[in-house]
Amino acid sequence: MAGKTLFDKIWDSHVVRAEADGTTLLYIDRQLVHEVTSPQAFEGLKLAGRRPRRPAATLAVPDHNVPTTDRRLGIMDPVSALQIQTLEDNCKHFGIPLFNMSDIRQGIVHVIGPEQGFTLPGTTIVCGDSHTSTHGAFGALAFGIGTSEVEHVLATQCLVQKRPKTMEIRVNGVLSDRCSAKDIILAIIGKIGTGGGTGYVIEYTGDAIRSLSMEGRMTLCNMSIEGGARAGLVAADEKTIAYIKGRPLAPKGEQFEQAAQAWRHLKTDLDATYEATVVLQAERIAPQVSWGTSPGMVSGVDERVPDPRTMVDDKSKNATERALSYMGLTPNMPITDIKIDRVFIGSCTNSRIEDLRLAAGFAKGKKVAKTVLAMVVPGSGLVKQQAEAEGLDQVFREAGFEWREAGCSMCLAMNADVLKPGERCASTSNRNFEGRQGAGGRTHLVSPAMAVAAAIEGHFVDIRHWH
Amino acid sequence: MTPFTTLTGLVAPLDRVNVDTDQVIPKQFLKTIKRTGLREGLFFDWRKRPDGSPDPSFFLNDPRYQGATILLTRDNFGCGSSREHAPWALLDQGFRCLIAPSFADIFYNNCFQNGILPVVLKGEEVLVLLKEVNDTEGYRLTVDLDRQTVTTPKEVTYRFEIDPFRKDCLYQGLDAIGLTLQHEGAITAYETRRSADAPWLFTDLRS
Repeated sequence: MAGKTLFDKIWDSHVVRAEADGTTLLYIDRQLVHEVTSPQAFEGLKLAGRRPRRPAATLAVPDHNVPTTDRRLGIMDPVSALQIQTLEDNCKHFGIPLFNMSDIRQGIVHVIGPEQGFTLPGTTIVCGDSHTSTHGAFGALAFGIGTSEVEHVLATQCLVQKRPKTMEIRVNGVLSDRCSAKDIILAIIGKIGTGGGTGYVIEYTGDAIRSLSMEGRMTLCNMSIEGGARAGLVAADEKTIAYIKGRPLAPKGEQFEQAAQAWRHLKTDLDATYEATVVLQAERIAPQVSWGTSPGMVSGVDERVPDPRTMVDDKSKNATERALSYMGLTPNMPITDIKIDRVFIGSCTNSRIEDLRLAAGFAKGKKVAKTVLAMVVPGSGLVKQQAEAEGLDQVFREAGFEWREAGCSMCLAMNADVLKPGERCASTSNRNFEGRQGAGGRTHLVSPAMAVAAAIEGHFVDIRHWH
Repeated sequence: MTPFTTLTGLVAPLDRVNVDTDQVIPKQFLKTIKRTGLREGLFFDWRKRPDGSPDPSFFLNDPRYQGATILLTRDNFGCGSSREHAPWALLDQGFRCLIAPSFADIFYNNCFQNGILPVVLKGEEVLVLLKEVNDTEGYRLTVDLDRQTVTTPKEVTYRFEIDPFRKDCLYQGLDAIGLTLQHEGAITAYETRRSADAPWLFTDLRS
């Protein structure tokens, strides 16, 4: 019998029942809930007279709408305020644990799950949010769902699923100095395209992946959805186990040892096969900068903006023309000639303590360019507290960055942090869609190191050669 | 959920690839706590010119596509955010069927939860249909879920594939949660079995 992949093992251990045609009732161990995609799910439960099956396997937090300025002032936008109040009311009504806006543990849902030890290897985790793929960094099958399915999981702790296909993305070798997990995942999406992973669960393997820290793996898995894959996985190892140990919601004592023993066996068998394999060489990955309006429209910083006139395929040609027009870029201009107005360091992709340490390291003793407005938004209240204990906030402030409260902020600009039409932003977030950071705003996706260098210089620079 | 059986309807074209759900409905409309009334947000940024006036070149503003119930579009429609507000807004506008060469996974799934049929046709078939829509005012297609076909006014028929379980749920307008709850016994049995193998997953996180 052929061996099993990591995905197969997690899937098989969560099958409640399977029909002859492969339709599977899959058990969901954990659900994260936030204010934007849950109100209609709770309303549905109430209308049907249903209760959550396991409220204690659920964790709720407001993140998308919360202000990143002084929280004591409350929320100015009454509609946002109502949505957050609705989450609090629903959690109280149904007995679901909640970190409210004034709780130090509040933060971006995909930052606090791992931070609290809620995210564990071998589990199935869902959330009404496409970046749930982040939790795959722990060897968990984690994927985003819509609001109807949020309600389905609340009511039944299960989802009806068809087994997805598996794709291995192997990144061999050693990353160049100052390149990061963000550059790896952008390069992958550039290679497979935004729909390349549709229908697949990706497992990331290879030396360059093993070498990543847990936070690097979270950055990597986070953007799996930008390649079309609902979930990305990295097998758990000793780094994973060390990261989880001692976290508030992680298993304790003897139970932890028992769990860790099980996690060590959760990996793809040597004789297992994937339905697709993609291979990249880490040394060839330059710092990445997106130039278009889809995450697959990305280049190395040492390259030029593409020229649609040289494209033969009509589909790429039209999409590129449209993207360059929206982005206000000229074909063939060097990426390093692109001047920016704003810098955003934050989001569920890059707002953890290692991201902030690294960014502060590059910002130390420098000044943000006069033409640039730059802000840093930590991923959670605890990340913020830790950064302040290490003096990182001072480094950022002295360099001219704004230092904010935790939340999703300008990744999707649902709160007051918004680009103005035509403004160009170097952003450590995950989506460069038209209007994502504000109507008419122009987003370039980069790593935290690249974002800091761009803030200081006022345009993109190759971080590998920057002093 | 409203069942989907057959639909004969006016077709609106959206000739763009990789239309993400941020375009289908931008963030400012996600603050609602309701499922209804979202049509005002549908393709909001594409419907208007920078000065806020309606862009007459966008299909939603074109009188010839008023009342359309079928949206014909290109590859990877619905990519990006998982927001179910996207199908809610399309439904609120009157769309019951979407036709494209491919859809993003989460969006595709969300359509079925709301009685919308996403039909996957081949890329070249979609290009043919797009041309016919552009060339023919009042162009209507007939979509038959049971037979899994799309039929043009010239009686050309295209067949599409669909998962049998999804088809059945959509055809009958079944309550998905109600169906799962019929397997309550199996869920409880699974929990008992699993809590013996992995007890750490069943501790009360509130304590």
